[in-house]
Amino acid sequence: MRKAFVALAVLDAAMFAYAPFAINAAPYESTMLLIQKIFYFHFATWMACTLGLVVCGVSSAWYLFKGSETADRVAVASAELVVIFTLFGLVSGSLWARKAWGIWWDWEPRLTMAFMLELIFLGYLIVRRFGGPGSEKLAAAMGIFGAATGPFIYKSVDWWRTIHPKTSVMRTLADTSGGAIMWNVVMFCVAAFILLFGLLLVVRMQLEQSRTELDRLYLAAED
Amino acid sequence: MLRRAFFAVSCLLLVSAPAWALQQPSSPGQGGFVPLDSMPPREQLPAAPLLIGSYAFFLVLMMFYLWTIWSRVNKVEKEMHDLERRQGAVKR
Repeated sequence: MRKAFVALAVLDAAMFAYAPFAINAAPYESTMLLIQKIFYFHFATWMACTLGLVVCGVSSAWYLFKGSETADRVAVASAELVVIFTLFGLVSGSLWARKAWGIWWDWEPRLTMAFMLELIFLGYLIVRRFGGPGSEKLAAAMGIFGAATGPFIYKSVDWWRTIHPKTSVMRTLADTSGGAIMWNVVMFCVAAFILLFGLLLVVRMQLEQSRTELDRLYLAAED
Repeated sequence: MLRRAFFAVSCLLLVSAPAWALQQPSSPGQGGFVPLDSMPPREQLPAAPLLIGSYAFFLVLMMFYLWTIWSRVNKVEKEMHDLERRQGAVKR
């Protein structure tokens, strides 16, 4: 198990080392030129974030209705990763917007909802950290509702008037000139981010396992 | 005669005013807007620092996050060792 983890970590490090070369070799988008190359990590981080939302939502529900401690550990680990990947998504999007839209930030539906998502999961972590006994169940409810915002954030660009590109961009990417190469590079980056998410999830879950063991030791010492 | 001439001029002005108002500007880029690529390089916003900044931020964020996990694991392990040592001392 440990050998498989190390092998996957080495593979992921190699993928991230190769990614800048693949991004550099990808063709320029015709209107945005160089700044569009932020897209490869920007899109990939949101895919990893979406996976985090699904994992957190399902494991929170599992913990709430079945009482599984493992599910609770998965939920808290994935919630922390959602915060990390969302933070990078917001910052990279802001840097891209500065050049493409001429502004760092706009309170339009997609960006505002993504910011709210970050706040919800920061709230989740604060509840876990300072909520005291029983806060796991409250946090699990937050995890379920936080995950439920995912589809709304995804479809917000289609439902409301917004300056953010619509979801059809990805569907039509491969059909554009040079789009097939761009599609391959973005899928490579998505694979690297998803593998990174999996590896970080395992490490973070082990930390949570150690904390649970420590709590048991303290309880045993008190008895 | 004078009244007819005044009436004709008034009608002409009323009809031509909207057409005059809807006229295209004589040359593009003279309404206070200038095409971005025609601006001097120092006026244009460079893309490279923003692009490099984005990828550098990712690297720094990941390094920071891994460091926080590493320090938390160390803290928990240290507490475990301390607890075991204290328990061992109590037994003796």
